[in-house]
Amino acid sequence: MAGADVGTELRLGLPGGGAEAGAKAGKRGFEDTIDLKLKLPTAGMEEAASKPEPPAAEKPPAPKVQAVGWPPVRSYRRNIMTVQPVKSKKEEEAEKHQQPAANAGGSSSGFVKVSMDGAPYLRKVDLKLYSSYKDLSVALRKMFGPFTATGNSMNEGSVADPVNGSDAVTTYEDKDGDWMLVGDVPWQMFVESCKRLRIMKGSEAIGLAPRAKDKNKNKS
Amino acid sequence: MGRGGSRATGAAAPPWHALPDEVWEHAFSFLPTAADRGAAAGACSSWLRAERRSRHHLAVANCYAAAPRDAIERFPAVRAAEVKGKPHFADFGLVPPAWGGAAAPWIAAAADGWPLLEELSFKRMVVTDECLEMIAASFRNFQVLRLVSCDGFSTAGLAAIAAGCRQLRELDLQENEIEDCSIHWLSLFPESFTSLVTLNFSCLDGEVNITVLERLVTRCRNLKTLKLNNAIPLDKLASLLQKAPQLVELGTGKFSADYHPDLFAKLEVAFGGCKSLRKLSGAWDAVPDYLPAFYCVCDGLTSLNLSYATVRGPELIKFISRCKNLQQLWVMDLIEDLGLAVVASSCSKLQELRVFPSDHFGLGVLTERGLVDVSASCPMLESVLYFCRRMTNEALITIAKNRPNFTCFRLCILEPHTPDYITQHPLDAGFSAIVESCKGLRRLSISGLLTDLVFRSIGAHADRLEMLSIAFAGNSDLGLNYILSGCKSLKKLEIRDCPFGDKPLLANAAKLETMRSLWMSSCLLTLGACRQLARKMPHLSVEIMNDPGWSCPLDSLPDESPVEKLYVYRTIAGPRSDTPSYVQIV
Repeated sequence: MAGADVGTELRLGLPGGGAEAGAKAGKRGFEDTIDLKLKLPTAGMEEAASKPEPPAAEKPPAPKVQAVGWPPVRSYRRNIMTVQPVKSKKEEEAEKHQQPAANAGGSSSGFVKVSMDGAPYLRKVDLKLYSSYKDLSVALRKMFGPFTATGNSMNEGSVADPVNGSDAVTTYEDKDGDWMLVGDVPWQMFVESCKRLRIMKGSEAIGLAPRAKDKNKNKS
Repeated sequence: MGRGGSRATGAAAPPWHALPDEVWEHAFSFLPTAADRGAAAGACSSWLRAERRSRHHLAVANCYAAAPRDAIERFPAVRAAEVKGKPHFADFGLVPPAWGGAAAPWIAAAADGWPLLEELSFKRMVVTDECLEMIAASFRNFQVLRLVSCDGFSTAGLAAIAAGCRQLRELDLQENEIEDCSIHWLSLFPESFTSLVTLNFSCLDGEVNITVLERLVTRCRNLKTLKLNNAIPLDKLASLLQKAPQLVELGTGKFSADYHPDLFAKLEVAFGGCKSLRKLSGAWDAVPDYLPAFYCVCDGLTSLNLSYATVRGPELIKFISRCKNLQQLWVMDLIEDLGLAVVASSCSKLQELRVFPSDHFGLGVLTERGLVDVSASCPMLESVLYFCRRMTNEALITIAKNRPNFTCFRLCILEPHTPDYITQHPLDAGFSAIVESCKGLRRLSISGLLTDLVFRSIGAHADRLEMLSIAFAGNSDLGLNYILSGCKSLKKLEIRDCPFGDKPLLANAAKLETMRSLWMSSCLLTLGACRQLARKMPHLSVEIMNDPGWSCPLDSLPDESPVEKLYVYRTIAGPRSDTPSYVQIV
């Protein structure tokens, strides 16, 4: 059978990771599967304790690659639960009182809505996942790529046109409710003040650029 | 009925096959399901005619299986229609945006052909504000709008519904992405409007005018279901309840506030007045101290949905244990195995249990113990959705023995390829026990480490299985072949990240036409096989997806090219014309 073409390498290891799994492509026998499995961290779990251990105790939680769409939880639920992280303390609950709409992109999470003129869907991005405008730009391009007329052409450099050259401009609504051009302020300041993103046609964005700088001058 | 003229006395009765259509239409109105009606319609042409002309409820499980106009023509008397769009895996982000599933063509056709339409229900479809405006303008008898997992609309569309649908009884918005345009759509229900029975806006992000809501609730004396969103503070909830003590179903929305004895007392009194309350949901951010306010309604509750509630600990367990008549429980895995053990001993009437993961990036909180306990002690349990971090064959075998009455069994072990944690074996034996024991199983989702053997069992034993979800399982083509050559009743098959290739697909091409749809992603399919399939089966639509797009025309790609995502469905409508650039119909 067609099997191991480049790009269809089957990895029966951890989703998205495992160099050793990547090396073995195509069909595998039953024994191989077990063999492979024993190398993976989950295989060694012995449960003597009568109460479930918290996940953190079992393996280092950091850089874990999740397969897209796994676990099979509705995107709606995933978004809501990321904004409302599991909290057991009352004082943490009081903090959320400040913003009645949990998804407003407030201090407890980085999720903001992203709309693009002409696209029928809104998307959501978690700004806290990115460390720079460039990262965000790449992510937005991936998200909205299919909507552009000419496909994937990427305009290097300028973050103001993440999707399709000079036609598109990314703007954001800040805490004061004003619409600003993305890219003027330091990244961290942007993450803290951004409430939502909008990718608009360049012609409509004229006149936005100066305001960001003026605003910052007025802030102490 | 239909016994011929053997009892004719005196004047000859018309032979049964010459009875007028109205008689058959009346007879068919007693048939309980659409499947029964479909079977009747297949008996002969006069029954076909009578049945289709008297069909009032139409469920279109795949919006691309037939053209809207065809549906209207065939069933001209429909008053309630339900249409579903995107493939199920779209819920988990596996289908890129703008795939399709637009509601507009259906609404436009309905406006033309079903002017007396009363109910519309859309699931996983794109519904725009224009769609909602058209609904409000086209159907003077419109009563029920239900939107589940849809997007594309905003509060402006809701405003059109509120203002235009004078007979509206139900507005049920479940888990939709709704843009907040800050339009006070609630205030557009006229003062004279009192017919609301169901109002569910729990998924709406954004402020709501409480005074307007209170007035609406007060004047709609028949209101039975009210599901609030985040924006309603706890004290306002209490006032609303006092205005609508007749509620049967309540979604509390946020249910969070610092504990205050006055507010607690107010809530207790408010809930105390709700003698008819049977279904409760919401309690997001619920503070444990407030849970006792619910105690007076616990006895009457048949359904409890705390699946978005992050409350945990003894207060949660105490609360649930008081709900002795619970039939349906949705909860987060924060309940832990211990909590489920309490559920097992307290809720003997439980029929459906769903436990959702609280942490999507972790390994999970629950183990097999919770599920074993519940399946042992709840004799009526027939539907399970369970996210956990580990499982054993022995546990599954025990569960299968305890509960042969399962109709829906969905187990998700959070880490892919997780074996039996004690023996390190695959979980083939466990799931085999499930399908062998549960003869009425209609829906199954499997997970953990699984070989082709489990598919052999499923193919051989799961005769009533209609929907099967498979991820990260199997060794070879044999696995898929077992499924497609068995599973007599299979309608929907969805597969991701399995080593299944072209051969079983082509060998079982005819099977696909007996099914509603097949989804395969991250498997070992090639373009050549898809082309062959499309050539062989003209009544199938073979869609392949490549995100973000195709670098060159599909025709120029060689047969060996890998196919990342395949969606195949039967259709009488031919290839659809609204595909985005990343979808190609082979």
